[in-house]
Amino acid sequence: MAAISVTNVTKSYQRDKTSVPVLNDVSISVQQGEFLALMGPSGSGKTTLLNLIAGIDRPTSGSILVQGIDIATLGETALAKWRAQKVGFIFQFYNLIPVLSAFENVELPLMLTSLSKKERKQQVETALSVVGLADRMTHSPNQLSGGQQQRVAIARAIATDPDIIVADEPTGDLDKLSADEIMTLLERLNSEFGKTIVMVTHDPRAAERAKVVRHLDKGDLLAEEVRS
Amino acid sequence: MKLVKLIFKNALRHKLRASLTIVGIAIAVMSFGLLRTVVTAWNAGVASSAADRLITRQSVSFIFPLPYAYRDQIGKVPGVAKVTWFNWFGGVYKDKTQFFARMACDPETLFDVYPEFVMDAEQLAVFKKERNSCIIGSGLAQTYNLKVGDAMEMDGDIYPGKWQFVVRGIYKPRDKATDVTQMFFHWQYLDERIRRDDPSRAGNMGWFAVKVNDPTQSASVSEQIDALFKNSRAETKTETERAFQQGFVAASGAVLTAINVMSFVIIGIIMLVLGNTMIMSARERTREYAVLKTLGFSGGHLIMFIAGESLVISFLGAVIGLALLVPMVSNFEQVMPKGFFPVFYIEPSTWVIAAAAAMLVGVAAAIVPIQRALRTRIVDGLRFIG
Ligand SMILES: Nc1ncnc2c1ncn2[C@@H]1O[C@H](COP(=O)(O)OP(=O)(O)OP(=O)(O)O)[C@@H](O)[C@H]1O
Ligand SMILES: [Mg+2]
Repeated sequence: MAAISVTNVTKSYQRDKTSVPVLNDVSISVQQGEFLALMGPSGSGKTTLLNLIAGIDRPTSGSILVQGIDIATLGETALAKWRAQKVGFIFQFYNLIPVLSAFENVELPLMLTSLSKKERKQQVETALSVVGLADRMTHSPNQLSGGQQQRVAIARAIATDPDIIVADEPTGDLDKLSADEIMTLLERLNSEFGKTIVMVTHDPRAAERAKVVRHLDKGDLLAEEVRS
Repeated sequence: MKLVKLIFKNALRHKLRASLTIVGIAIAVMSFGLLRTVVTAWNAGVASSAADRLITRQSVSFIFPLPYAYRDQIGKVPGVAKVTWFNWFGGVYKDKTQFFARMACDPETLFDVYPEFVMDAEQLAVFKKERNSCIIGSGLAQTYNLKVGDAMEMDGDIYPGKWQFVVRGIYKPRDKATDVTQMFFHWQYLDERIRRDDPSRAGNMGWFAVKVNDPTQSASVSEQIDALFKNSRAETKTETERAFQQGFVAASGAVLTAINVMSFVIIGIIMLVLGNTMIMSARERTREYAVLKTLGFSGGHLIMFIAGESLVISFLGAVIGLALLVPMVSNFEQVMPKGFFPVFYIEPSTWVIAAAAAMLVGVAAAIVPIQRALRTRIVDGLRFIG
């Protein structure tokens, strides 16, 4: 069974009374342990598709099954709980909470679990050492470089040990060197930790690291290209 | 980490903005407390007046005295428990700017009708025995640094001449509303000298204070008393002490209403100030709230974060404001003419109302930002560029 199966999904946004189609009848399945890159021109609907898969937006029609659960049918509260348990998020602009330290940022999603303080500390330290920032725990985001901030964000995404990681242009705001570090990290999460990863990117170098690359164009998903 | 920590950090994220808002709230809370205290002081006369006390005075004006014989007649009216009386002495103590009530009284009955003046039994016994003795309130004793045994000299105006008194007792207040800035001396002492110097004015009494058995009968007792003296040389007007005091307070009613309205206008303004701060903060954090929601935080969490932040600010403001209220009130009392407000203190209810108002402001200011944060969909919040 595919980890994620998107079937006949359309999505349109309402803009001043007219409805703007963003995704046209998109179907795609992502296998367990897959590393998928979504590419395409600006405005083609990459972020929208990613958001639908991650359960932070709802399709206009069609179904999205993630590990057998049709997330489009979940209520707001159930969906929030589902996201907290199953999905780790990585954004282009890191989106860390500026008043919290690296440690606290990573601990944030764990505040929603029933873990004890001690257990949380352990998880946070593990996550931060995976991304190589064990020595920066007390730093606040503005004391870290862009690459380091993105690594903290990755630690936050894996802190709850979710099965699926979604990343929206994770290297979009980084220089080449930092971008490579981030991609190496994502590759490790995929191969070593078995995470299913869906990543949106403009960067062909980043897309190269993925196992599967799919292209979107004006809301249509183009044919598959698989590499060895 | 506790989520409360995030609330505190958010509240103080913009140091300058938070400080200005906190100072604004502090000033508002302090002003609110001060205005309420002024209103309290004004109403203190009414509050301290007993419902079971009637005042019988000459129907035309206070200035005109009543004959001595009225005392026994009033005492015989059914429902009357005790009768005592006063003469307003006036006079000058030290210099003309020193104002406090000086009255001739009947030491035998005074404390039966005015149980709020608490006296040491020994001092009371001496006061009752000595003709030229007087008693003063504890507030007065403090103001003029007077002790038992000290002499007080007055220049009479209504009753001319030099008058010598010896302080034989200092009464204490039964509660905070009791006026402790009065001075009482023997009516007999006054009457003896008047009998000698100006016999035509002898045997007169300024007004009677009547204690009734049953406060619900006050109206009918008042009527019966006034009926006794109808068509006599000196008709009387009897009313409850409370009505009498209210008459005085009503005269300044418009000012009081204005002060009252002002005190709540201040609360309203500060609500707008904090509301503005909160709306700005929450708007800047649109994306952060979307991220929190993405991570699985619920609407309830957002309500807690935003309302908590608002309450932290209003709480800090309230604490500082209330801390400033004490010195503010005492300074205000210093600059007021002495004795202008015989009773000037911060009522417990003022603390409670001021603190509650600040908390209410905190909650109210969070409503709009909370609504916005809840209504913003995650995808729109993530796309938000501040
Ligand atoms: N929340 C929204 N409300 C209204 N319109 C939206 C919203 N999100 C996306 N759109 C519109 O949908 C279309 C696709 O947007 P989307 O963000 O998915 O594109 P994208 O492929 O991620 O582009 P980019 O590479 O620039 O990030 C765009 O025309 C965009 O304006
Ligand atoms: Mg995008």
